[in-house]
Amino acid sequence: MRKTLIESVLFGSLTEPPPAITDQEKAELVSALDRAAHRRLGRSLAIREVDAGSCNGCELEIIALNNVFHDLERFGLKIVASPRHADVLMVTGPVTRNMEAALRLTYEAMPAPNYVVAVGNCACTGGVFAESYACRGAVSKVIPVDLRIPGCPPNPISLLKGLISLMD
Amino acid sequence: MTAVDLQTWEKKAAEIGQGLSRFVAIWGDASGYCPFVHLATRRKGASSAEVINLAAPDRRFPSIGAHQPAAILMERAIFDMHGLIADGLPDTRPWLDHGTWPGSRATKPYKFKPVNGDGIHQIPVGPVHAGTIEPGHFRFSVNGETIVRIEARLGYTHKGTLKLMRRASIDHAAKLTARISGDSTCAYSFAFALAVEQALGVEAPARAQILRGVMAELERLANHLGDFGAICNDAGFPLLNAHGAMLRERMLRLCAACFGHRLMMDLIVPGGVTADLAHGDEAKIDRELTIVSTQFERIVEVYEKTASLQDRTVGTGRLDPAVAELLGCGGYVGRASGQTFDARRDMAYAPYHDLHFGVPCRDIGDADTRVRVRIEEVRQSSAIILALLRELPDGPIQSPRPPSTSPREGNAIVEGFRGDVFSYVRISNGCIEDVFLRDPSWFLWPALETAIEGNIVADFPLCNKSFNASYSGCDL
Ligand code: SF4
Repeated sequence: MRKTLIESVLFGSLTEPPPAITDQEKAELVSALDRAAHRRLGRSLAIREVDAGSCNGCELEIIALNNVFHDLERFGLKIVASPRHADVLMVTGPVTRNMEAALRLTYEAMPAPNYVVAVGNCACTGGVFAESYACRGAVSKVIPVDLRIPGCPPNPISLLKGLISLMD
Repeated sequence: MTAVDLQTWEKKAAEIGQGLSRFVAIWGDASGYCPFVHLATRRKGASSAEVINLAAPDRRFPSIGAHQPAAILMERAIFDMHGLIADGLPDTRPWLDHGTWPGSRATKPYKFKPVNGDGIHQIPVGPVHAGTIEPGHFRFSVNGETIVRIEARLGYTHKGTLKLMRRASIDHAAKLTARISGDSTCAYSFAFALAVEQALGVEAPARAQILRGVMAELERLANHLGDFGAICNDAGFPLLNAHGAMLRERMLRLCAACFGHRLMMDLIVPGGVTADLAHGDEAKIDRELTIVSTQFERIVEVYEKTASLQDRTVGTGRLDPAVAELLGCGGYVGRASGQTFDARRDMAYAPYHDLHFGVPCRDIGDADTRVRVRIEEVRQSSAIILALLRELPDGPIQSPRPPSTSPREGNAIVEGFRGDVFSYVRISNGCIEDVFLRDPSWFLWPALETAIEGNIVADFPLCNKSFNASYSGCDL
C-alpha cells in the first residue's frame, strides 16, 4: 500500500484545467440569478442534491464531479449532507408525486438566500416522463428554479460549467 | 404465452413453492375488457423463461407470494397499479402507491411491521439521504447499536414508466426502457431489444450482436470499478474510492470516445445498435483495458493487504445462501451466497453463446465475498471484451424491422451488472400492448433486510453499498 500512496504523491495530478465558458453561455446560465444573493454567498457554495425520482443516471454524473479528474472542491463547491448547510439545491428527476413533499421540505429547510439548479432533462422539463400520472414534471412546477442544466444525463463538464457560473 | 385455467395456475404456484420452477416475475394487465395476471418462471437448466397468463374476471387471482416470498412485493405492486387482488398474499400493504397520485387506492397511513422488546427504539432514515443516492425510506429498529430489524419502504421514484410504455411506439418504448435504471441502461435496452426481436422474428446482424456484448461488458466494468471504490469508502477507506472513481471515469470516457455517450444510453435498440466502432477504436479499447486492469490489480492488492479494511467487510451483512436461494437473488449478491445463475451462460444469448467463461461463485455471503466476486467479474469482463473484439465481423449494425399486425410476444433474460433483467413485450401494429421489465433489485431489497439483522447501524451504508440495489429499477 505504501507504494501506491507514495506514487499517488509523486505521480502528479490527474485533475484537469477548469472548462472554458463562453460569455454567451455564461449570460444564459446566470440570467435568472439574484445579484445581491450572489454577493453574500461569495465564491464558495455548499450543494445539497435531491433525487426527485431520477433514473439514477444523473446521480452517477453528479458523483463523477468528485473524482480526481473533475475535483469539484477546488472551485469552492462542496456537496454537503444536509439542506440546512446548503446554498444550492441540485434537483434531478421528473418530480414524482411520491417525492414532491420530500422535495418541498428539503427546499424549505435551506437557509436563504439560495439557488435551485434543475439537473437533467427530467428536472428541466419532465423529459420522457412529463406526461405520466405519477410525475409533476419540471422541478419549476414545484419550487422556483434558478438554473437549468439539460442533458440526459448532463456530463460532468456541463455540470461544472453550470455550477461555476453560479459563482462568477 | 400460454393461457391457463385456475387449476394449472395453482399447480404452477405449488411447483414454485417446491423449488421445481424458479419464480421470475409476476405482473398485471388490466387495460383490456378482462384483467389478466402474467407469471414468468424458469426451470433449472432451461434456456428461456416460460410465461403463463390467467384471466381474472373478478379481479382476483391465487397469490404466488403465498408460496414464494420473492413474489410478495410484485403482488403488492399489482394491486397498486391495477386493483387486482392476490388471494392469500401474506402482506397486503400498498407498495408503490403512497396515496399521492390521482385514483390512488392507498387510503390508510402506511404501517411498518411491529418490533417489540425492551429498549428497542426506531431510527427513520430517508427518503432524502445524506449522500448523492436514490431516495428510499429505511426504518431501523435497534437495540443499542445492534439492528433488530430494518424495513425498506420504497416507491419514491415511481414514474409510471410501464403505463407510458403501453400503446407507445417501439422506438419510444425503447427510450423509456433505457431510463428505468440509468446505471443498467445497456442491460435494460439489451433485454428489451431481445424480447422485441423475438416477437417480430428478427435478429440483430452479427456485428451488432458483438457490439452489444462489448457495451454490456463495458457497463459492467464501469459499475464494478466505481462500486469497488465506493464500498471501500463506506468502510472508511477513501483512498481506494479515489482510485475506483478514477478507473470508472476512464471507462466512461472510453465509452464516450467509442460510442458517443458516457453511459451508452439508447445505443442498443430493437434490431441492432445505433453506434459503431470507428477504425482504430478496437486498439483504443485494448490499450485502455490494459491500463485499467493493471491499475485495478494494484488497488485490489491494497484491499487484500489492509487488515483494518477487511475488518469492516469480512463477516458484515452476511446473506445466508438458503435465503438467497429462496428469494432467487442473482448477480454478485446471489453468486456470493452460493447461487450459480448467470444469464450470459445459462440463457446463452448472443454474443455469449459462443464464448467460454467461468462464473465466479462463492458461498460465504458477506460484504467481503460480494467484493471478491466483483473483483473476479472485472477480470472476466475485460477478457470477454477482448475476445469479442477479436470476433468482430464487418457488416451492418441494424436489421430492418418487419411490420407486425397481429399481436406477437417475446421475452428475454439478460445479465446486467447487478443481476438478471427480465423483459416481456407484446406488440401489435408496431405498438407496445403489454410490457414488463423486472429489475434484479426486487429480490435484493428483501435479501438486504435479512442480511442486515444483527449488524450495527454504522455498517448499514457498507452493507447497502455492497448490495447496491436499484431504487428506480423496481419503483418503475
Ligand atoms: S435526465 Fe436522463 S439521466 Fe437524468 S434522470 Fe432523467 S432520464 Fe435519467
